[in-house]
Amino acid sequence: MSVVEISGVSKEFKGGTVALQDIDLAIEQGEFISLIGPSGCGKSTLLRIIGDLIEPTGGSVTVNGKSARRAREDHDYGIVFQDAVLYNWRTVAKNVALPLELAGWDRDKRRRRVEEMLDLVELRGFGEHHPWQLSGGMQQRVSIARALSFEPSLLLMDEPFGALDEMTRERLNAELLRIWQASGSTVVFVTHSIPEAVFLSTRVVVMSPRPGRISKVIPIDLQQPRTAATREEPRFFELATEVREALHLGGLVEVTA
Amino acid sequence: MVRAVGVNRTARRAALLLAVLAVLWGLWEGFRALGTHFNWQHPFPVNGTSMPHIHDMIWALFQHPNSSSPLLLVILLKAAAFTAKEAALGFAMGAVGGFVIGAALAHSRMLQRGFLPYVVASQTVPILAIAPMVVIWFTSPQVHAPAWIAVAVIASYLTFFPVAIATLRGLQAADHRALELMRSYAATRWTVLWKLRFPTALPYLFSALKVSATASIVGAIIGESPSSIAGGLGGAILNFAQYYTFQPQNLWATNLIAALLGIVFFLVVVAAEKIVVRSAPEHVA
Repeated sequence: MSVVEISGVSKEFKGGTVALQDIDLAIEQGEFISLIGPSGCGKSTLLRIIGDLIEPTGGSVTVNGKSARRAREDHDYGIVFQDAVLYNWRTVAKNVALPLELAGWDRDKRRRRVEEMLDLVELRGFGEHHPWQLSGGMQQRVSIARALSFEPSLLLMDEPFGALDEMTRERLNAELLRIWQASGSTVVFVTHSIPEAVFLSTRVVVMSPRPGRISKVIPIDLQQPRTAATREEPRFFELATEVREALHLGGLVEVTA
Repeated sequence: MVRAVGVNRTARRAALLLAVLAVLWGLWEGFRALGTHFNWQHPFPVNGTSMPHIHDMIWALFQHPNSSSPLLLVILLKAAAFTAKEAALGFAMGAVGGFVIGAALAHSRMLQRGFLPYVVASQTVPILAIAPMVVIWFTSPQVHAPAWIAVAVIASYLTFFPVAIATLRGLQAADHRALELMRSYAATRWTVLWKLRFPTALPYLFSALKVSATASIVGAIIGESPSSIAGGLGGAILNFAQYYTFQPQNLWATNLIAALLGIVFFLVVVAAEKIVVRSAPEHVA
């Protein structure tokens, strides 16, 4: 059974903008899927539809065999946004504990899990800090810890490293892969960085705009586990080129249309 | 080391306060000296009655207004305590009422459309027009509330408005990503209110409470005269205003005490804010 099953999904916003048209995509257990495309291709919209944060105007989405809505209500996924979206009045530990609090975990269980999660994202000892005392990269790690704290089977990430500098981004890419392998969850990752998509993913879904469609799905056969050296392999460049060409093809169609 | 820095900062603040007071004193006395010397008649005749010496105002606090009465300071502190009681109750009622109104309006767009104009209009009705009615209602034989309760209600009329507007704004100020996050957890409306919207609204709320704290004193002082309460600052002001030509410094001394009471109320809210709101340093007003 696929973790995420998208069939014939369309989304038309009020005013007639067609953000997505006829999207079909099945995501299997343990995959790391990147959605890449230029602005306006509907990649974030698709992510939000999977998370039932917005509703499609056509088609259907199932998550773990349930409706997207049911999956959201069952806490089947965790989400990470471009901004860390931490609550400033809460400490780091309490931010990570927020979903556990809402799910009714008792205090001791929450405290233990928060410790584990802070270890996982290498922020041990920062639990009592407030978000504004951390750097952007550290804040984003807190939000990843928060998204994974209740062990969702699916992790949705909307350009989580888009606002970070290149060095921090590459470091967090490697860290995210380590976390993904340790947790065994499935990841859907929105990005507009080609190297990021290639480095992280098991498959890259290339999208094109107006209307938002999937133009190509590229399997990434780079060896696991991936390291800094992966970025220097010839195969990495070949795949990056393939993604780049698929993106430009999408752009070309737009120009002639 | 940290401690030394803290002491240093406190000392600097105290010095700044003294400097500001000295400048204000200098402006007052300087204007007064020039005005009396050149016999200014504009914008008002400057003399010992229109502008008593500041040291005379303070000196007056330690005099007996007439031979049988206690020290003016004692009279005024008693009056201030009485007014503070009215204002504190009025402030509490206004804050709670304002919060409830703001929360209700934030909850429903329809309520907001229907009622917000009247909430705004309520503040264009002068409090002097409202006060006598409140007194009549609350001191009627049926209700039979003590007069100071009626004054508290009048004070609450001034205080609820800023709180209602700030609550309305604050509860709607949550970032839409933060709301999406709550939606991803399938949080109930109630949970979103207490875990996200309310904490977001707190800084707004405290800004309004600071305005309301001083407004509640103004409301209480104004409310005392239609309630025929003589024991508060409002009574003292009316009384000393009658004898202004003979002892102008007494009215000024009363104003000083009223201003001090306002500052005390303000500082209480600031202290509460320091304890409750732990926002980022740049958000601390």
